[in-house]
Amino acid sequence: MSMVCTSDEFVYLENISKSFGKLEALKNVSLKLERNKITSLVGDNGSGKSTLIKVLSGSLKPNNGTIHINGKAYKHLTPKIANENGISTVYQDLSLDNYKDAVGNIFLGKEVTKFGFILNYNEMQKQTEKLLEKLEIDIPYLRTPVGYLSGGQRQSVAIARSIFQGKKLIIFDEPTAAMGLKESIAANKLIKSLPSKGFTVLMISHDLNQVFDIADRIFVMRNGEIIKDAVKSDITLTELKAGISEIY
Amino acid sequence: MKIINRFVRNDEGVDRSFAQAFLFFVLILLVAFLTSKSPFFFTWNNIRNILDNTSLQLILAIGMTFVISSGGIDLSIGSVVALSGIAIGLMLNAGVPIIVAAMMGVLLGGVLGAFNGFLISEFKIASFVVTIGSMSLYRGISLVITKGQPIYGFPSGFTFFGKGNLGEINPPIVIATLMVILAFLLFKYTKYGQYTLSIGGNEEALRRVGVNIKFYKSSIYVFSGICAGIVGLILTSRLNAAEPNAGFMLETNIIAAVILGGTSMNGGRASLSGTVIACILLSVVRNGLTIMSISSYYQQLFIGFIILLSVSISEIRQRRQLQIN
Repeated sequence: MSMVCTSDEFVYLENISKSFGKLEALKNVSLKLERNKITSLVGDNGSGKSTLIKVLSGSLKPNNGTIHINGKAYKHLTPKIANENGISTVYQDLSLDNYKDAVGNIFLGKEVTKFGFILNYNEMQKQTEKLLEKLEIDIPYLRTPVGYLSGGQRQSVAIARSIFQGKKLIIFDEPTAAMGLKESIAANKLIKSLPSKGFTVLMISHDLNQVFDIADRIFVMRNGEIIKDAVKSDITLTELKAGISEIY
Repeated sequence: MKIINRFVRNDEGVDRSFAQAFLFFVLILLVAFLTSKSPFFFTWNNIRNILDNTSLQLILAIGMTFVISSGGIDLSIGSVVALSGIAIGLMLNAGVPIIVAAMMGVLLGGVLGAFNGFLISEFKIASFVVTIGSMSLYRGISLVITKGQPIYGFPSGFTFFGKGNLGEINPPIVIATLMVILAFLLFKYTKYGQYTLSIGGNEEALRRVGVNIKFYKSSIYVFSGICAGIVGLILTSRLNAAEPNAGFMLETNIIAAVILGGTSMNGGRASLSGTVIACILLSVVRNGLTIMSISSYYQQLFIGFIILLSVSISEIRQRRQLQIN
């Protein structure tokens, strides 16, 4: 087992390759995710971004390469191993049960019980209120089924669930794709605040303004390869756009 | 049309409460009408008769409420009723003690349900396809074993489960009441009930948080099978004979009652109180039509109408829900 993660690095993906038949979706991709930082993956459709996060969330097995998490090396992950290592993915569909309220969704799979089997709603509601307050998330009626909440509120519930379930790395797949302007601003604010609360973030987004606004480090992908690795403080948005535009 | 629109509106809690209140209102109207038409209707003997008939449907409908709210369907329950009854009959005639035979029969229902659940969860085959197959399979086994003939000649004490007296009420009513309480507690206060609803609401969400979907999904069909096994026991006890054709096409009435009660065909939502009211309503209709000497053909016609109406309302409600989301 090699130890290639430094104390500042949470995850190191080393020479990851993944093929679907003859299609090479990922070609020897290597990237490091710094602890308590926001890293963003950008690139055109089919560039390999989604495949890469599926490898990291344990949904896909890579053909080659090694995944290092907190110093432990894995040839591949499963959703369970990813979960145990504190990795959570907030998918575009948010994976919420629309008929359940915010409390039910946040505690889904980790319900608080009395005597081991009776659901303790009061305790779950109390803990939800505390968590949402800490994250500065405003959901007026906690008992409303999340299907009736706005896109931004639903996103907040999905993020709160990841945090509640003890995750340290939260992966976002197009977090604001289906949101209006106001909701996007609120979601961005929440994501931006996560590093200061001890979380590491990996985000896929097509919205370059959003990426430049909240990311600390940006990887640009094309045809399954990383073609640019930029620290935000070293470049301007105009330079990033210019870099991206070379892709298209 | 205004009533229908109100009935299918999207405000979750209000909608379902209204649907149940509406059903209850229809039930009261029907009882009032039948009481005015026949002096025999509103008598304790007849009410007990209605409750007795309701109890069998209700036990099956409780299992079906779990199945439908998880987004599935179980078309095999009628056949499980028959096969469990046959097994009990064979065991009794082989000298197995009554209580052991009864328990084994109910357990067999669970095993038959487990077979359905295994195919549905392990091989991801649609529940409709699996249970339509097992419906035929289980019925076929019953007919082959018995050569199409009923089994009878059981010990005298066996009729207690179906026809015994517990004061003013019969054991099936007590069993059904206990089953309703159990189902309510499961849905409201346990992970099991909540996961059942989540499997219907968003199975993928549940999988992604690490819940063992296969286990919970299979167990829902086991529960439905156990409910059918209990009904097989009661029916065999009541008839004092095990009929290979028992429970034939029973599933249609049960599904109609569950949907009519407000449980969504697409899963995610369950209305146990609605199921109870709908089962009583359908029993009152059957009883009322019989008391008024109206042909049983009209009963079929009415049940068919109820199924179409309830499924249509459920679909409209679901589409509006999707539009909102």
